[in-house]
Amino acid sequence: MKAKRILLASLFLMLLLVFTGCFSQDQETTDKKDPKETTNTTDSKPTDQKEQPKAEKKVLKLNNVSNPGSLHPQLAQGTHESWVLEHSFEGLTKKTPEGKIVPGMAADWTFSDDGLTWTFTLKDNIQWSNGDPVTAHDFEYAWKFALDPANASYYSYQLYYLEGGEEYNTAEDGADMNALRDAVGVKAVDDKTLEVKLAKPTPYFLDLTSFYTYYPVHKGNAEAHSNWALSGDNYVSNGPFVLAEWKQKESMKLVKNQNYYDKDLIKLDEVDFVIIDDENTAWQMYRTGELDLVYPLPQDVTGQLNASNDPEFRIGPDLAVYYYNLNTTVKPLNNQKVRQALGMAIDRQAIVEHVSQGGQTPAYGVVPKGIPDVSGDFNENGGKLFEENAEKAKALLAEGLAEEGLSSFPNMVLTYNTSEGHKAIAEAIQEMWRKNLDVNITLENVEFQVKLDREKAGDFQISRAGWIGDYVDPMTFIDLWHSKSPFNDARYNNPTYDQLVEKAQSTMDQSVRMTAMHEAHALLMEEMPVIPIYFYTKPYTLKPYVTGIFDPINSYPQFMFADINK
Amino acid sequence: MWKYIGKRFLWSLVTLWAIITITFFLMHSIPGNPFLQESKMPPSVYENLQKHYNLDKPKIVQYGLYFQSLAKLDFGPSMKSSAMTVNDYIKQGFPVSLHLGLQALIIAVTFGLILGVIASLHRNRWPDYLSMILAIVGISVPNFILATFLINFVAVEWGLLPVALWKGWEYTILPSIALAMMPMAYIARLMRSSMLEVMNQDYIVTAKAKGLPRPVIIIKHAIRNAILPIVTVIGIISANLITGSFIIESIFGIPGMGEMFVKGIANRDYPVILGSTIFYSFILIFLIFIVDIAYTLIDPRIKITGESK
Repeated sequence: MKAKRILLASLFLMLLLVFTGCFSQDQETTDKKDPKETTNTTDSKPTDQKEQPKAEKKVLKLNNVSNPGSLHPQLAQGTHESWVLEHSFEGLTKKTPEGKIVPGMAADWTFSDDGLTWTFTLKDNIQWSNGDPVTAHDFEYAWKFALDPANASYYSYQLYYLEGGEEYNTAEDGADMNALRDAVGVKAVDDKTLEVKLAKPTPYFLDLTSFYTYYPVHKGNAEAHSNWALSGDNYVSNGPFVLAEWKQKESMKLVKNQNYYDKDLIKLDEVDFVIIDDENTAWQMYRTGELDLVYPLPQDVTGQLNASNDPEFRIGPDLAVYYYNLNTTVKPLNNQKVRQALGMAIDRQAIVEHVSQGGQTPAYGVVPKGIPDVSGDFNENGGKLFEENAEKAKALLAEGLAEEGLSSFPNMVLTYNTSEGHKAIAEAIQEMWRKNLDVNITLENVEFQVKLDREKAGDFQISRAGWIGDYVDPMTFIDLWHSKSPFNDARYNNPTYDQLVEKAQSTMDQSVRMTAMHEAHALLMEEMPVIPIYFYTKPYTLKPYVTGIFDPINSYPQFMFADINK
Repeated sequence: MWKYIGKRFLWSLVTLWAIITITFFLMHSIPGNPFLQESKMPPSVYENLQKHYNLDKPKIVQYGLYFQSLAKLDFGPSMKSSAMTVNDYIKQGFPVSLHLGLQALIIAVTFGLILGVIASLHRNRWPDYLSMILAIVGISVPNFILATFLINFVAVEWGLLPVALWKGWEYTILPSIALAMMPMAYIARLMRSSMLEVMNQDYIVTAKAKGLPRPVIIIKHAIRNAILPIVTVIGIISANLITGSFIIESIFGIPGMGEMFVKGIANRDYPVILGSTIFYSFILIFLIFIVDIAYTLIDPRIKITGESK
């Protein structure tokens, strides 16, 4: 009996040890991340920059939906990283609130007549947050870092525009990596001059230089601290703000970069991000005043705020389209008239007003508003590329089915990935097709990865899809349906379309490019391998005491010029 | 005794190996992979990433490589979060989930036992009905509904506690309650029926006849025996609670481990799936191992020799 008691007591002790061990580990981890301690031990950043003992600090409180994978500009994978990166770094160029491309780190630039060689001259007195000068070598280092296959950068292909970029990034085992790296078309001629050689003319190259994969990295700091981008301890950046603290999966704190050349324009002292996955919780925190801006919002909240014209509710533009893929290799979707009929029989206004409810705009093409044409807006100049007409759709469907030797539309499956929003839209469209065309569609809900896998394999009939533009040019949407594009899930194959895309890709002449892309866009909507439904928007809420936020078309709301007047 | 423990330990290792192997091959057989996404990644980058993470090698080679790194207690990198390793996920997330889980466990066990005992001692009277209504609510209301309710009323409307985040003890109260409700209700119901059974046993009747005071009978004789079924389930309940509840952690913005289980699978982040499975299995096997030994100690009828159970 005594032995048993001893064993029982030791078991209890063992459990206690396991648990206390975990807690002390917790303590240790937290201690390491305490910025006050780390500021004292690192000399990479002036102390006054991390802790500003001001009486009234202007602090903006935001929510980042997911924990960033890395806050390294070349290792970032998407929006969860980009919001922070866009405010802590600056590329050769940057964008104004009006969307104009203006000099950032570069003072000016020139390019050769063929558009292939670009020479950037950096501004004087540009510094990293630790006071070191930003040089052309930092750009060369960062761009080549992204292309180095050993670093497995997701966005490396954004640098394939550079001469030798793709060759270096996709080098086979045993290749001469040094030679390939040297052949990449980016070179720091001296500290102030960066020479870039492109593989082919890229009229939107300047736009790309404001994208985060093109940001510079402090070479010395990165080489001294390989994990510099994983915490605020050794974080060095060149933008309006700098990361001071990052508690993984919990919060991030940005502070004003006192060495930024335009620091007088920056009114905020600090930006505090929390990391909350749940849209409802973030919205409740906004209601209690714990957050100043919330994006994204729960769908029902968006609907209510939109309907009540709430003054704190804003709808920013977005560079993205929601559409349905039609598998053009499947009968009767191989028939143009059938596809047109399906596209014409959808009431898009009803969908955006009553189903999606986020202030989206009905799409009658795949290129959203907000992309400049030679003059004006590409989408507006193109106009509505098809019409909604239930009567005409029915007639077209009958003709199309007859051409395929069918007496009625076979039961087809519409596949969408798990989401209440996609489900509601699919149900609405299913009903519209039933009512307008007497067509029966079965809905199939699959997990996102399964949907992607089946789309790639061509194992679907109709599938829900979305596309977010990478840069502000129609090409980011138009080239998707080139027959050789790996994203052409509809398997659209039209040599005329391919020729128009290639024509636009081979010239620097904007009028030639835009004309070709307008023609391609019109052709795509006439043949309708994809059915556009709506253009996305960015609905968010903002407290009235925050001013100066602006909404670029392809980013989250920007706060570098924000101010707080409580 | 030691032979029994040794044998159980070996079986635990075999179980863990079987779980890793089955998970490894099942995981690779589901459609999709970490780099398949709805964005403009050219096939060359895709192949580059496959190569970087050894996904281009035959499955059996990948399996061998995984065990190689596992031998060094390295769970590998996260394929979706390029800068985080699975070890980082566990190191950062587990202490938080453990803290939340332990609090929830304490609430669940304490109140579950109290409610169960009260209900059994006042059978078919109002304390019994009240306890069991609470238990039914606890079992039937999903914890995310309860969490939303708590946030709406306690945090937003009444302003008593913070809505979310993990910054101090006051932040742990609402999620602990939301997480504890279901196991508490379960323990209460189990304890009630167990107590009722024990209270009708001959030795209790004898104790009563001998004139032992009621509290002594209940505490010393009845509860000790009635608690046995609870000890059996407590291992699994503990493992569930301390490895994190994705829903509760997600709703309250708690940086725990729960996310690892769910997002790992959704993202097809293979090392994360394997790492979380191994970690969860380890905790579960360890707790069952402890419970098995504790069980034999509490119940003298169970023999702990190597030959028979």
